[in-house]
Amino acid sequence: MAQPALTSAGEAVPLPDGLQGVVADWSSDQRAFKKVPWGKAMMWIFLVSDTFIFSAFLISYMNVRMSTTEPWPNPSEVFALELFGKNIPLILIAIMTFILISSSGTMAMAVKFGYEKNKKMTFVLLLITAALGASFVGMQAFEWTKLIQEGVRPWGNPMGAAQFGSAFFMITGFHGTHVSIGVIFLIIVAIKVWRGDLDRQAPGFLTGRKGNYEIVETMGLYWHFVDLVWVFIFALFYLW
Amino acid sequence: MAHTEGHQHSVGTVAHVEGQQHPIGIYLKIWALLFVLSAASYLVDYFHVQGYLRWFLILTFMMMKAGLIVAVFMHMVWERLALIYAILLPPLLLMFLLGIGALEADYTFFTRETFFGPGPAKPIGH
Repeated sequence: MAQPALTSAGEAVPLPDGLQGVVADWSSDQRAFKKVPWGKAMMWIFLVSDTFIFSAFLISYMNVRMSTTEPWPNPSEVFALELFGKNIPLILIAIMTFILISSSGTMAMAVKFGYEKNKKMTFVLLLITAALGASFVGMQAFEWTKLIQEGVRPWGNPMGAAQFGSAFFMITGFHGTHVSIGVIFLIIVAIKVWRGDLDRQAPGFLTGRKGNYEIVETMGLYWHFVDLVWVFIFALFYLW
Repeated sequence: MAHTEGHQHSVGTVAHVEGQQHPIGIYLKIWALLFVLSAASYLVDYFHVQGYLRWFLILTFMMMKAGLIVAVFMHMVWERLALIYAILLPPLLLMFLLGIGALEADYTFFTRETFFGPGPAKPIGH
């Protein structure tokens, strides 16, 4: 089905779909990414570069784990917690996973209500997302403290291969930094929604761009990406 | 100049009006699915599934979760093919880095076993 786009003269020209659409979009004498606000396209391109950074971390982690002759500490035991008198493997990591997924769910709904210009629901959902993200960072701080007290360091640990500590602190630290930055920006966007900046199209303090609800979706892309990276860390670092 | 500005404004307005609007049910369904998949991958560890089955299950659940997040939460299924290709194809290059990393790790492991370890791979005659 062809979708129309407006030309400078205002008349609609059909946008072809499929491979023909790819060629038409990229060869058009306008912008290549149709029907997408440029802020969103830029966020996607930033996320591609971030994908390469996290992949470099995870692939070097794979490299050191495969090449070490020392036994790798068993994550299932290292990250076990004693709850109600029972030793439950990996439970804290499982809770963190569920929290981050829930925050993704509330973020997706915040974007939906944002486009409906439902100020109150967008604000509330953004704040819930930020709170879930902050609790995730808090649990990560708890986990770091526990491991440091057990003697895990970037250069060695009492459980086995020395590379465990450096891979763990590097990967989860970089991810936790992303979550923390995300929480700060979620609060900023929530305040903008609450004050009505996006309804009034008030210029942003940094860029001076007119405010509108597209920034909620752009914020959402970043937040879902943080969740996406955690999916890979959970599977490759904790479940390997 | 004025002509160009007017053109940009009209395109921006169209994008703003359309946005990405989908019924709330789809988000709730994907949320529930992600919960189920996460619980399933946790259970793989809880019941100590080992070997190739563990790898198969973990990677399958991982790719399904990643796919659902990118496709629905990040609205990728509703974007035009030009954007989808520009975003999803470049990361495929990482498969080469992955392969090189694995090859190098195997070689490093082999040399460590040979020269530092008491393993059976010591050169004959020494």
